[in-house]
Amino acid sequence: MEIVKGNEAAAIGAKLAKPDVVAAYPITPSTDFPEKMSEYVANGELPTTEFVPVESEHSAMSACIGAAATGARVCTATSSQGLELMHEILFIASGMRLPIVLYNANRALSAPINIWNDQQDSIAARDAGWIQMYAENNQEVLDLMIMAFKIAEDVLLPAMVCLDAFYSTHTFEPVDIPSQAEVDSFLPPYKPEHVALDPKKPMTQGSFGVPEVYQELRYMQQRAMEKASVVIDDVFSQFKEKFGREYNKIEKFMTEDAEILLLTMGSLSGTVKEVVEEMRKEGKKVGAIKITVFRPFPEKEIVNAIQNASVVGIIEKNISPGYGGAVFADLSGVLANKNHPLLLDFICGLGGRDVTLDDVKEIIKTCDDALEGDYERVNWIGVKEELL
Amino acid sequence: MKELFAPGHRACAGCGATIAVRQVLDAAGENVICTNATGCLEVTTTPYPHTAWGVPWIHVAFENSAAVASGIDAAYNSFIKKGLLKEKPYIIAFGGDGGTFDIGLQALSGMLERGHNVLYVCYDNEAYMNTGIQRCSSTPIGAATTTSPPGKFSIGESRRKKPIAMIAAAHDIPYVATACIAFPADLKKKVKKALENTPSFLHIFAPCPTGWRTLSEKTVEIARLAVETGVFPLYEITSDAPLIPKITKKRKEGKMVEEYLQLQGRFRHLFKPKKRDDVIQKIQKEVDEKWKWLEGLNEMAR
Repeated sequence: MEIVKGNEAAAIGAKLAKPDVVAAYPITPSTDFPEKMSEYVANGELPTTEFVPVESEHSAMSACIGAAATGARVCTATSSQGLELMHEILFIASGMRLPIVLYNANRALSAPINIWNDQQDSIAARDAGWIQMYAENNQEVLDLMIMAFKIAEDVLLPAMVCLDAFYSTHTFEPVDIPSQAEVDSFLPPYKPEHVALDPKKPMTQGSFGVPEVYQELRYMQQRAMEKASVVIDDVFSQFKEKFGREYNKIEKFMTEDAEILLLTMGSLSGTVKEVVEEMRKEGKKVGAIKITVFRPFPEKEIVNAIQNASVVGIIEKNISPGYGGAVFADLSGVLANKNHPLLLDFICGLGGRDVTLDDVKEIIKTCDDALEGDYERVNWIGVKEELL
Repeated sequence: MKELFAPGHRACAGCGATIAVRQVLDAAGENVICTNATGCLEVTTTPYPHTAWGVPWIHVAFENSAAVASGIDAAYNSFIKKGLLKEKPYIIAFGGDGGTFDIGLQALSGMLERGHNVLYVCYDNEAYMNTGIQRCSSTPIGAATTTSPPGKFSIGESRRKKPIAMIAAAHDIPYVATACIAFPADLKKKVKKALENTPSFLHIFAPCPTGWRTLSEKTVEIARLAVETGVFPLYEITSDAPLIPKITKKRKEGKMVEEYLQLQGRFRHLFKPKKRDDVIQKIQKEVDEKWKWLEGLNEMAR
């Protein structure tokens, strides 16, 4: 066990994957990642890795694509505005089927400029064709980084591993660091057969997709995501076998017989679980579900997990103004044409606003009241009326 | 000799950009990897499942040809460290003037500054041709484009062309040169030097008959006139004399810019309905002043 910051845990995970190229640009709060990676290169811990200190996140993702298209294992890191700046290129990475791994420190978007946590940045990249996984803590981010390479390289899709800004990125926690030999046997070297930039075998990549072929390429991306859903289960179970830690696309906590279920992603899950535990002691039938894999959306798992509940509160740190939260939208979408519990959306924790144990209790009370027929679909938690 | 850039692509007849690419690849040979910014060149040469490229080629987006090339360079550095191979192939990043002067300038600057083993080739047809002839910071004074139309209050483009080769040279890189498709021997010589002295930048003058409203068969003639009249000076900047553009071809005594302008529909409004001697003289004066500056620097360097 070592005590490390969340960002460093992510960097250690990436280091153990021995990337050929890391191209990254500093941005709060993920900056430790490029610092650590360049340190590993400088001190010889990553003797064959090239660190490219690019001049923007846009160029970071572009350089990652160039390197991945050459056949290299590559990764990068960013956050918030940086993820938005590379937004255009995120779609190209997935469209070109390049298994790039990106560590994202979940941070609010401007304006107003704010460096603290919410999940609007990666949610805004939801449709970019990337696998998205959300870590609750430092151990999870380290493990998911290692697994992200294995999953991405199997299905040929890029993968993003997200960790909440400051709550986790800058919090020191004990983590178990696997040995290089163990990781080497879990994650063999990347040997792509679908791409090369090699004068010995000239290949044209990124060509012009006319209407006669474009839709099929998008279709194949969707099929690859469906395959990823199976591969993720397989990689999680291989990981458990090798390293002893269990991962699932969704994590269920006291969901058996629960009437009220609270659904979260990332670090907030810890707070929610604490409240659930406390209220269970009081005899309240509540439970929690944490989404670890958001894309591909764990449809089957969530539908099964919530079917016996009366009400599901989706607690999320993002907002699509004019609609509500994205997780709510996705969940209600997969429940269409099925009998399902009452769904309530709770928007909270934006721009680093703390979500307290009391806030979670208030959410549970709102869920209770909703069962009496009194509810709003979208509920904001902790809005200060005096500032409006 | 093996043709590395196949005929049958969809570029317009008389396209200067594709002539430039043929000449560049001719000089580079087969051991090369190319990146390409979004633009006419990319669109016309790679409609899936066809490709005109006989060498490894990749297109990612408009503004990042240089950044993509940086990644390829880094990947090869890693492969060499791993002992997978001994030497890197040449890496050439292609971009049009829009992808270089404007939207790709930052990525270009980063690639040059970081010292990647990349030759960046800008083929310059002086406007956004792929989107339908819009002005760019490469568009010269007086040229009509769809966003710099001449009119009662407009002479066409009102600003001077951005000195992109000098901007590249200001990065203190080993080799920068200008070249023109009408002078293939000079162009190829410069490509070879540029490939051996990376990071390097080559600015190639490449007329566009569609955008310039010129006859397809006049492309090379117009390109030659651009050099002979002094509108597009050919020079190179090496580490022997940083920031000094060493003239590699003198302009022709007595060749006036008017001869170059009048062949092109994009300057038609300077001749009809009324001849705009004021604008033509202004263009001539700027060309003369640029040559005075160039010759002064060359004199000084000697």
